Amino acid sequence: MEFLYFPGCTLYTKAQNLDEAGRACAKALGFELKELSNWTCCGATFPLAKDNIMALAPPARILARAKEEGSALTTLCSVCFNVIKRTNELIKGDEEKREKINTFIEMDYQGDVQVIHYLEILKREVGFDTIKGALKRDLQEMRVAPFYGCMLLRPSEEMEFDDKEAPTIFEEFLGAINCEPVDFPYKIECCGAFQSVGAPEVATECAYAILNSAIRNGAEAVTTTCPLCQFNIDNMQREIRQKYNGFPGIPIIYFTQLLGLALGLPVEKLEFHRNDVDPRPLLEKRGLL
Amino acid sequence: MKIEISRGKVHNEFAQKVEEISGQNLFACYQCGNCTAGCPVSFAMDLGPHQVIRYSLLGLEEEVLECNTFWMCASCLQCTSRCPKGLDIARIMEAIRLVILRKKERLDRLEVADLSEDFLERVPQIALISGFRKFTS
Amino acid sequence: MGKVGVVLCPCELEGGSSFDPEVLVEGLKGRKDVLPLIHHQPVCSESGVEAIRAFMEGNGLDRGVMACSKPELFGPTFKKALRQWGLNPSLSEVLGIRPIAEGKRTDDLQEALHVIEEGIGEIQRRKPAKGPKTPFIKRAMVIGGGITGITASIDLGNGGYEVLLVDRLPSIGGRMLQLSETFPTLDCAQCTLTPKTVETGQNPHIRLITYAEVESVSGGAGDFAVRIRRKAAYVDWEKCTGCGLCQEKCPSKVPSEFERGIGPGKAIYTLSPQAVPNKPVINPEVCRYFTEGKCRVCEKVCPTDAIDYAQEDTFIEERVGAIIVATGFDLYRKEEIGEYGYGDVPDVIDGLAFERLNSASGPTAGEIRRPSDGRVPKEVVFIQCVASRDPERYMPYCSRACCMYTAKHARLYKHKVHDGRAYIFYMDIRSMGKGYEEFIQQGMEEGILYLKGRVSRLFRDNDHVVVWGVDTLTGKKVEIAADMVVLATAMIPSRGAKELAEKLHIGTDEYGFLTEAQWKLYPVESGVEGIYLAGCAQGPKDIADTVAQGNAAASKVQVLFAQHRNSSLLRSDS
Repeated sequence: MEFLYFPGCTLYTKAQNLDEAGRACAKALGFELKELSNWTCCGATFPLAKDNIMALAPPARILARAKEEGSALTTLCSVCFNVIKRTNELIKGDEEKREKINTFIEMDYQGDVQVIHYLEILKREVGFDTIKGALKRDLQEMRVAPFYGCMLLRPSEEMEFDDKEAPTIFEEFLGAINCEPVDFPYKIECCGAFQSVGAPEVATECAYAILNSAIRNGAEAVTTTCPLCQFNIDNMQREIRQKYNGFPGIPIIYFTQLLGLALGLPVEKLEFHRNDVDPRPLLEKRGLL
Repeated sequence: MKIEISRGKVHNEFAQKVEEISGQNLFACYQCGNCTAGCPVSFAMDLGPHQVIRYSLLGLEEEVLECNTFWMCASCLQCTSRCPKGLDIARIMEAIRLVILRKKERLDRLEVADLSEDFLERVPQIALISGFRKFTS
Repeated sequence: MGKVGVVLCPCELEGGSSFDPEVLVEGLKGRKDVLPLIHHQPVCSESGVEAIRAFMEGNGLDRGVMACSKPELFGPTFKKALRQWGLNPSLSEVLGIRPIAEGKRTDDLQEALHVIEEGIGEIQRRKPAKGPKTPFIKRAMVIGGGITGITASIDLGNGGYEVLLVDRLPSIGGRMLQLSETFPTLDCAQCTLTPKTVETGQNPHIRLITYAEVESVSGGAGDFAVRIRRKAAYVDWEKCTGCGLCQEKCPSKVPSEFERGIGPGKAIYTLSPQAVPNKPVINPEVCRYFTEGKCRVCEKVCPTDAIDYAQEDTFIEERVGAIIVATGFDLYRKEEIGEYGYGDVPDVIDGLAFERLNSASGPTAGEIRRPSDGRVPKEVVFIQCVASRDPERYMPYCSRACCMYTAKHARLYKHKVHDGRAYIFYMDIRSMGKGYEEFIQQGMEEGILYLKGRVSRLFRDNDHVVVWGVDTLTGKKVEIAADMVVLATAMIPSRGAKELAEKLHIGTDEYGFLTEAQWKLYPVESGVEGIYLAGCAQGPKDIADTVAQGNAAASKVQVLFAQHRNSSLLRSDS
């Protein structure tokens, strides 16, 4: 199994913990991530204006290059996944836009690359049962709340990722690595997204509501797939603590880090020091380090 | 408290521009408010998204452009995914943002200078890029 | 081969274009044995009919083809006129032609010509139908024993006609049997319904065939052959006296469909203490004897040896002259509504469940106690238009009864829980029946808080149901930590209605509601002579409207029967 891999900008910098762990887990599970050559930023937002063709050029170019190097393209970052998948759907379904985009990027791409998220590879290609069989470390039913956020799920008719109101893939994944998935109503809500830049006090509220809900439902940690979510609910806990006295804090761990832990990868490879709320005390308490 | 309505005002040039950029029909909204009900940031908005649609349809350009609703919108698509009329409300919010950002005055909502050094240290690219794409011309 | 007269009705055919129906006449010219007439007055007018007569008689035509855009409207008149002129209506056909659309003239014209030519060929080949071989049977079958079917059956029975009333449940009464009170009078539903069910059971002309479903139907008006599957009840109803001992002693407790899942039922059951017929059936899917091989308690306690575990489905074959379809409705399943928790939140119930909760015969004996922990809910949210008026995700139509029954629910709740608060999320109030608007206003004055807006999401949070709605009148998002939520979910056709319609060769719309011959003027006729529709099977409506349709359908059957005065009467006067 080989997949072209689009890391995206943040995974090369702030989210190296998501990236490194993802690459290491792929190796451990026997599928290859071949990094797309010469990739650029995807744009980090899917343009919502009907007349904004320019913003479609970067993801379209990424897809066209992927076509030259393989047939299936995967990402870890939810935002990149959303932008690239929606662009792909648009190119596939809208002939007029397709021609415009192709003229613009001076390439010929028809929308025939499969865009697949890393979690989908784990479920559909590797299989959660295989993962269960490959576990080397017992996570002892650590109570983890899966935070889906928006970008994987919506718009559901384009993303075709999971049920938009009650998704389960993340829970299945957590079950496979012997964590106890914590159901919490905010798992499909928004972390505040780019409002952490535009209106940080608003993003802080969003993040607080999410974390509060996870904690109230008994979570010891929250897991995400997305570096933007991660920033808002992990790093921004500083702002939450300033505003809400007594907010206990909760570690936010990328799903690839949890997977790596369960697969018995060396802890150094999982780069827990990059998580803002240090998950190591929790892992230590659980005897996982 | 009083607005005067006429055929020149209702669905005026502004409303049509919003429709054109968003690809949505403002007349299709039946004001159920589902968008506002499910919006994760409506607590911070001056007007609910459903009101912004109403104001836009009525041609109340000034009132719409003054409110913060579309700046607060995080494009999370919760409204879009549940709109019973199939309106893509996030696109409508984007369109109103663009009505301002595309004006020749280029009234950006965000400047790099607004961000503290500490914050710039912390913030990942993904937040900066998407933020600046949403808030600047 | 006879000579065919072709009549073209120009009304609506032109569809705003400059098309002249004469072009169609041109296209038909040169056909042997065909004479086209085009009449520029509406052909359905008196002068129009007269023109057709002159045309047919003057040219010695004995067969006719009529082409117009709304065949269901003029068809009956055309055939009746032919009969009056001494022609055989079976040698005529009324064809539907699509209006000629702007910009598609050539295509539409070709298609219209094609339809007409096919029709002519068919009529030229057709052999005249002989008079009915068998006598016209003046007995009706009513499918569905809800208030609509009951109403129609009583009318027909009182008119002296024999009726077979078929219901798939063990007893008649339908949805109304589940209701507590009815709007706008707040009459006890049972007290209103029971006299009707009893009258149905006692009417000498009505034969109840309950716990049964229609297997197949063939034939036509005056002589339909029907085959009905009578499901095995595992109780010999001849022997059973309806004493109820078996139900009392049955050890199994299972969620009951009749109680909408909020109360237990037994494996051997009747739907209510006043059931008509008052005979139980065993549900083999939950019965301990059928599932585990032991128990047989009902058999032991039955004083008349009526239990018969070996009973099998039986078939009843009958001939009837007319059929009324009154198969009613189901509610849209809350298990399919993701944003409201896919049915997983225990204190989120639907409107029919609330009826059971509020019924003296229901699981809480009429006390308002929420399903999860039996506590009396103090903050109750009612949500209207759930899965209705939602073209994007659910049903686009208005379910018509929910505004009223939700107001009723909230009022009845307030009457029982004085310190409770009832909130109703609504989009519009549709209260168009007699006394309805007054009923709503009274509810508002009694302190129901109406919130204009939809609810986007609800979810469980400890022992609350958190409701995210909106009050569009203030423009604000509203959050309520509710104790219980009642969903007024959309009315949809009852399960199996579409399959039944196929057996009857009658139409259904895209949602599965039966389609009437014409919405305004033929509201209870199906497209098939001798088959009539009534009640919610045709579309959502309230009891008052459904009863009116039941009356109408029965009346139509009696008109049909009366037209065949000379055929043999099959009445059960004896």
